[in-house]
Amino acid sequence: MAKESAPKVLTIDPAAAEMIKFAEEQGYSTAFSRVQKLAACPIGESGACCSICDMGPCRLVPTKANPDPVGICGATRATVAARNMARHIAAGAAAHSDHGRDMAFTLLGIATGEAQGYEVRDPAKLRAIAPYFGIKVEGKDLLKLAGEVAAAALAEFGNQKGELKYLSRAPKKRQEIWRRLRLVPRGIDREVVDILHRTHTGDDQDAEHILLGSLRCALSDGWGGSMIATDISDVMFGTPSPLVTQANLGVLKDDEVNVVVHGHEPTLSQMIVRVAMEPELIEYAKSKGAKGINLAGICCTANEVLMRQGIPSAGNDLSQEMAILTGAVEAMIVDVQCIMQSLASLSAKFHTKLITTSPKVKISGATHIEFDEHHALDIARQIVRLAVDNYPNRQATRIPQYTADLVPGFSHEYIRYMLGGTYRGSFRPLNDAVMAGRLRGVAGVVGCNNPRVTHDQGHNYIVKEFLKNDVLVVQTGCGAIANAKYGLLMGEAALEYAGPGLREVCEAIGIPPVLHMGSCVDNTRILTVLTEMATEGGLGDDISDIPGVGIAPEWMSEKALSIGAYFAASGAYVLFGVNSPVENSEEVTRIMSEGWEKIVGGKMEFVPDPEEIVRRSLAHIDAKRAALKLPAYDPSKWGKSGDSRMAELLKLHAEQRQRALYGAPVPAE
Amino acid sequence: MSRYIAASAIRGANSIARETELFLQKALQEKGADAQVVFPNTAYFLPTILGLTGRKVETLGDLMPVMEHVKSLLHPAPAQSRWTPYLGETLDSGIATLLAMEAHQALRYLYGDQPEKLEGFQLAQQSLLEKGEGVGHLNGPIDDIQLRSWGIQLVDGRMPGFAAIVGCAKSNEVAVKIIRELQRRNILIFLAGNVNGRSIIHQLQEEGVDMGYDTYIVPFGTDTLSAIYAIGFATRSALTFGGMKGGQAREILLYNKYRVFAFVLALGEVDDLKYAAAAGAISYGFPAIADTVIPEILPTGVTTYEHVISMPFDEIPGKDDLERAEKLVQKCIEVRGVKVKMTEVPVPVPYGSAFEGEVVRKADLRVEFGGKRARCFEYLYNLPMEKVEDGKVQVLGPDLDSAAEGGAMDMGIVVEVAGRKMQEDFEPVLERQIHHFINGASGVQHIGQRDITWIRINKAAAEKGFRLADLGKILHARFHADFGAIVDKIQVTIYTNTADVNSMLQIAREVYNKRNVRLQGMVDEQVDEFYSCTLCQSFAPNHVCIVSPERVGLCGAYSWLDCKASFQINPTGPNQPIPKGQMLDSVKGYFTGANEFLYQASHQQFNTVSMYSIMENPMTACGCFECIVMVIPEANGVMVLSREDTSMSPAGMTFSTLAGMTGGGQQTPGVMGIGKYYLTSKKFLSADGGFKRVVWMSSILKQTMPEELKRAAEYAGDPELLDKIADETICTEVSDLVKFLEEKGHPALTMDPLM
Repeated sequence: MAKESAPKVLTIDPAAAEMIKFAEEQGYSTAFSRVQKLAACPIGESGACCSICDMGPCRLVPTKANPDPVGICGATRATVAARNMARHIAAGAAAHSDHGRDMAFTLLGIATGEAQGYEVRDPAKLRAIAPYFGIKVEGKDLLKLAGEVAAAALAEFGNQKGELKYLSRAPKKRQEIWRRLRLVPRGIDREVVDILHRTHTGDDQDAEHILLGSLRCALSDGWGGSMIATDISDVMFGTPSPLVTQANLGVLKDDEVNVVVHGHEPTLSQMIVRVAMEPELIEYAKSKGAKGINLAGICCTANEVLMRQGIPSAGNDLSQEMAILTGAVEAMIVDVQCIMQSLASLSAKFHTKLITTSPKVKISGATHIEFDEHHALDIARQIVRLAVDNYPNRQATRIPQYTADLVPGFSHEYIRYMLGGTYRGSFRPLNDAVMAGRLRGVAGVVGCNNPRVTHDQGHNYIVKEFLKNDVLVVQTGCGAIANAKYGLLMGEAALEYAGPGLREVCEAIGIPPVLHMGSCVDNTRILTVLTEMATEGGLGDDISDIPGVGIAPEWMSEKALSIGAYFAASGAYVLFGVNSPVENSEEVTRIMSEGWEKIVGGKMEFVPDPEEIVRRSLAHIDAKRAALKLPAYDPSKWGKSGDSRMAELLKLHAEQRQRALYGAPVPAE
Repeated sequence: MSRYIAASAIRGANSIARETELFLQKALQEKGADAQVVFPNTAYFLPTILGLTGRKVETLGDLMPVMEHVKSLLHPAPAQSRWTPYLGETLDSGIATLLAMEAHQALRYLYGDQPEKLEGFQLAQQSLLEKGEGVGHLNGPIDDIQLRSWGIQLVDGRMPGFAAIVGCAKSNEVAVKIIRELQRRNILIFLAGNVNGRSIIHQLQEEGVDMGYDTYIVPFGTDTLSAIYAIGFATRSALTFGGMKGGQAREILLYNKYRVFAFVLALGEVDDLKYAAAAGAISYGFPAIADTVIPEILPTGVTTYEHVISMPFDEIPGKDDLERAEKLVQKCIEVRGVKVKMTEVPVPVPYGSAFEGEVVRKADLRVEFGGKRARCFEYLYNLPMEKVEDGKVQVLGPDLDSAAEGGAMDMGIVVEVAGRKMQEDFEPVLERQIHHFINGASGVQHIGQRDITWIRINKAAAEKGFRLADLGKILHARFHADFGAIVDKIQVTIYTNTADVNSMLQIAREVYNKRNVRLQGMVDEQVDEFYSCTLCQSFAPNHVCIVSPERVGLCGAYSWLDCKASFQINPTGPNQPIPKGQMLDSVKGYFTGANEFLYQASHQQFNTVSMYSIMENPMTACGCFECIVMVIPEANGVMVLSREDTSMSPAGMTFSTLAGMTGGGQQTPGVMGIGKYYLTSKKFLSADGGFKRVVWMSSILKQTMPEELKRAAEYAGDPELLDKIADETICTEVSDLVKFLEEKGHPALTMDPLM
């Protein structure tokens, strides 16, 4: 099924809608306008195009005359679709893992005293992860330990044989499955190279085998590079815990210097957060007529500083151009991944400075100030100063006045804490809730935005359906911000949207029904939570036993495919929206679904219809419940606890209240 | 939590922490940092502080870091809107509250304000009454001696739990009813707190209810702070009986969650401090039940069942307040999952699980059945429904009053049961329950099972009119109560004529054998799961039997199949499946699953068990073993001493002396208690050389299981082996044994050294 060029409704976000309208009026080009003019390539989108050698490119589109076409070299539709998928996964894994490598290098810089301004903010986490690398903690100076952990993490990238160290964190049964199927990644870089090699022309030409290889590559991301990225970011910048902040374009300020950080890595943005609070710079901003310096984020760099420092998010990926359109952004600082090239030409129409900072990323027309962790603070100051200098150039602004509060910060460490406090923290109450049926199951709704489908709608619809059905939702990345904008990431949302069992659980803990677990690299936190649930007892002994699903309703990036594949290889059922990039091969579609389910217990399916996604998800959750011999989902049993009766009584007059609360007075002596 | 409770509890925690901090500062100024801070009669310092922080508080100065820790656990109350999560924060505040409360009470002791004074009050405690003490004041914390005498009953289930009652009941009548309902169920009662100055302690005092150790009602004090003594008691239970050390906070809290069935009953208004203390109790796994309107917290997890229950007293359905009080207590029991057995057993002596550990001494003996002087057996089997007349109890032969005082009689107890869901596999499981059921009668002691049953009845019981038919009545009542799910009808026939006993015993023995052979042919490698048996943890709290197809339980009554059946009958009972897990050592029989189970079930006493070796991490024993196997170093082999053998052994000790060092849930390399059929297993000491290691065995074993032993000898590769094994008729001295072995050419002498 070829996807529509553009959805009928472009976005459900009123702030984005306001900016789209403005752009249309002014004739500015945005992703939302381009998507209406540029249809997706029908050959490429279904995985029918093979362009890996110059005998082609070959388009393997079946026709009546030739229902099963092959390429010049004889490659079948299955081989081509599988090869394309594997290469996407490898690219996604490379991007996420490389992010992890940069974090490890910064940690190493801390240890050697060369990383200006950085420090070990969470020594407990450093001590917690060291043993996974086989590093002894006792009696070691923090910096020495940091150095050893960084070196060990870096060694994982170049490792040639053996097993990635973090795999030992997975449930025992899962590790055995990986070993049996030879899915155990040896080194992070090696697995990416392995895929690029085997998908070169004339190599691996067995779809099932290619896809198995891609699972190993994806695992080197999820249980390798990404997990290292998450852990070391926490070590350097602090493990998140809940706080209150805001999301959407309304967080930009009319009377302050707006600095927007966009991309994925926290290294530079953390320094910008720090220097933006320096009195000298604030004074400098005032000298230019601004009231102060306002930081906001876009995409996952936003999530990194949102969950740790409460820096508000101006929006998710499709809001990147929208932020520029407000005319209120002095500087947009970008690092890596998901940065649209169009930002350069669009910002040129305003006073906004687009500043690229990664040695890996330059965009024609943007200002490049290369980031180097040895001089991080200096560079951050230089960038903020540049933004302040740009403030007087600001013309008319049009900030859409939409924001919503959210409570992010649900690291797996905090989840453990919130379920029992310092002394009794565990996943027992969560497992209990699933076992009893208060929670029908759990779902991770993650991933990108994609203008081919209505912006935010897939995320919003699916999550609300889950909440109604007592499914606890965890989110990361752009998906999390999608729902934050509509208030779903607040404790209050449980009272409004959650089914009776989920509401009871949320009220008991004080959590939103949708937990923001971080940026897209932090999907590894979900792996850890699933592992904890599997080992806590009562929900089987492997991730594949848990009544849960993973969804990427509006995916677009290759990283999403890598994430989906590592979840499937870890035993999860993963559903992707939008369209199927392997649609051209029934065989590959089948291998990734039933085929994988048979061997690894997890599977990946592409289902464009959000309603169908919900149906399949709930059916899967119910089937997993039944397999665990848990009681069937029955919401009528729950919902009796909570504060509502108390709230009613507190409205009464004092005497009436006394009587209602405590019954007849205690007789005097 | 609910946000309302979280806000109250966190407010309460902050204010008690602040109050205690100020009190401490005052005390430091007035008394100095070196002033001694103690609770009376305890070796555990301030027990909650010791348990949760590992700090041994002896002086005022020692309290300073405790208060710093308290402050680090405090949090701001959740906001009215846009709140962040509060459960973990509230539980931390609850712990802070408990620590502050204990510090506060310790300071009061320093100022002589504890135990709390109460005019006209007398503690019901014989030892104090005799000395004219315990007058004019309440109890204060429970002393260590009392803790030991109660604690073990609490953790092993004889005393099903404790109720910490805080506040004041609706009326004196309701107060008394609540107490009586709890007492009726053997539940220990702790009293504290008040509502507007009036406490349940006042109510009970006015009604003339005796309060003190002797009545199982302990009045701590009339304010909420004194409720900390209940938590101190719970903490010390874990330290004393759970083998935990101060500072093992998580373990101590979990021990209480899983082993100490306690709950908080809040009568009347719940204020901030009560919420805060209840939040602390929740970390111990103790839920709170209020008789007023408070927000409920029904999801489970920190506690086993619901966390907080509201049961507004006037809304409880019931014809009067008394019935409402009864229902309130029932709800408490249900919420904590307190296991109370309320079986009415129609016998003339007191009956209850509290009497199970009772011993009948020789001086008190009226009559005994079995043992050395007589024969006694018990046998249970299944019949079609129409063949059993429920409740029929017959005594065929003379009753116990015909025996001379201190005499002995033969007896056979034959129990016939019927039930739609009854299976043959369940017979031995039910039969083994007879031990446990008969022991519940006061003045009656039951040891062993099958044909080694030994029952003693004391003079007091006989004087009260206890007769043999009462054994049948007990069995009838208890089988209905405990196994009603599978047994519909029970009839009991008790034989006392020696001829009848002997002929019935023949039939029973054939069945015992059949039950034994049913297992033959099954091997450990075939199954994925072993089974535990922790039935005897009431005597030996750390003992764990691990039963495999090739290793019968040491009492001889529980085979792997029996355990499997027992698990089906009672999925939460003492026989739990143990996934074998990974095999670490096929020779010695080390399995990850068995080790993990042992660690947990032995309360962290042991973490490794060898299934097939006596030399390394042998299985522990309770006291019910049929035989003792013990290494004789001089002979490079082992002796097997039967329970029925009263003679001297080559170890220089008789069975009864040796039993003392074999049992009690210890791992003693070189000594092991076993079921006699384990001797015939291919896995018998297979890591140490197997059956060929046996150099001496009680002759009764050779007589009673000749065929089985012959097969074992053949399997060992020496068909003549039995003739080379000595017994008590051949020698009981080591030197004679070695001589005998050399003469016979016993293979053990040339085997690898055992030690």
